[in-house]
Amino acid sequence: MSQSTITVTDDTFDSDVIKSTKPVLVDYWAEWCGPCRMVAPILEEIATEHADKLTIAKLNVDENPKAAAMAGVTSIPTLAVYQGGEVVKMIIGAKPKQSLLSDLAEFL
Amino acid sequence: MSEVRDVIIIGSGPAGFTAAIYTARASLRPLMFEGSVTAGGALMNTTEVENYPGFQDGIMGPALMEQMRGQALRFGAEIISDDVVSVDLTGEIKQVTVGSGATHSAKTVILAMGSRYRELGLDSEKRLSGRGVSWCATCDGFFFKGQNIAVVGGGDSAIEEATFLTKFADSVTVIHRRDELRASKIMADRAFANEKISFAWNSEVVEVKGDDKVSGVRLRDTTTGAERDLDVTGLFVAIGHDPRSELVKGQVDVDDEGYVLVQDRSTLTNLPGVFACGDLVDHTYRQAVTAAGTGCAAALDAERHLASLADAEPDAAGQRPLADATA
Repeated sequence: MSQSTITVTDDTFDSDVIKSTKPVLVDYWAEWCGPCRMVAPILEEIATEHADKLTIAKLNVDENPKAAAMAGVTSIPTLAVYQGGEVVKMIIGAKPKQSLLSDLAEFL
Repeated sequence: MSEVRDVIIIGSGPAGFTAAIYTARASLRPLMFEGSVTAGGALMNTTEVENYPGFQDGIMGPALMEQMRGQALRFGAEIISDDVVSVDLTGEIKQVTVGSGATHSAKTVILAMGSRYRELGLDSEKRLSGRGVSWCATCDGFFFKGQNIAVVGGGDSAIEEATFLTKFADSVTVIHRRDELRASKIMADRAFANEKISFAWNSEVVEVKGDDKVSGVRLRDTTTGAERDLDVTGLFVAIGHDPRSELVKGQVDVDDEGYVLVQDRSTLTNLPGVFACGDLVDHTYRQAVTAAGTGCAAALDAERHLASLADAEPDAAGQRPLADATA
């Protein structure tokens, strides 16, 4: 399956997320988290369908503890939307596609 | 209009999958809606399952569910990863509408939606959810390395979580309203022997403290009413579950707590052709194996119902729809 999401790390967070001109939804996730795996294909779909409006970036909290700590993430999945370098929306926990789309409506 | 199926199953925990395995083996081609983010049910957020028969060395919850799913597929169950958003179960042909907007119909429906974790019901809990308040130790324990945290609850899940969390945390305080645990003896003994676990007995959480992250909890003594603060940076809530019956409420009879009512020892609900199983009906046991047991019963009850429908219609007697009869 081709990927519509991008992968960000502690090193690329500033350039890919903070300095992005488009809103970026960062999916804080980890291998061991069941709900993260459930929501992953839904995020791929949203990334494909709304590529022009919103970038979706995956951040593995295990490998990138700095970014997760900066954002104060203590629960995964956490979906944080960054706009102009600031967090403008935080969604905690896996949700069905329709609920995510309505949570993200203002960015799509 | 799509094909009228024999069986639709809503939910994909041990009850739903056992019902799928049985009805699939009976060549009823069950259609299961497993849920888009809840697929696999409660066991997906557990670690080691030690008491499911047949696994001498235990098995991880997600691995057990993967096995059940594979077993259902092997016999021809059809599984759709979508959420059911509305149902009409009152007629002879049941209608089930999913998140994508599609409506499916069937002669029987097996309800196996399980339960969801209960919240404390505090504003501060909601505000700090994902900011130190969590319901999933296996997901979030990692973030509390070297910290002092608490678990609310006294049942098996609370004690399992507390024990699991000691892998990460420096200390785990179990906050419980009573002066003894409800958890099974083996789980309780394991917790008592764990030097990282301590207990706040006769205590209930009245407030989760912290501005943008948890800094502590305010506890009230359930016997004296005295209040005190406990400094913790994380709070895991494991105070039990409530049945997910809101989808069928108003059509299917439920009790005061929302559990679907079934007749005697069967899985029959008040509606002919509608069966319920698993944690959705179970006040008492709520184990993976009891859920699987009632899932089997629901499958057999549904089969019997379909046979009685076939008897009532001489034209269709003994005939099953062809495997590829999709419209």
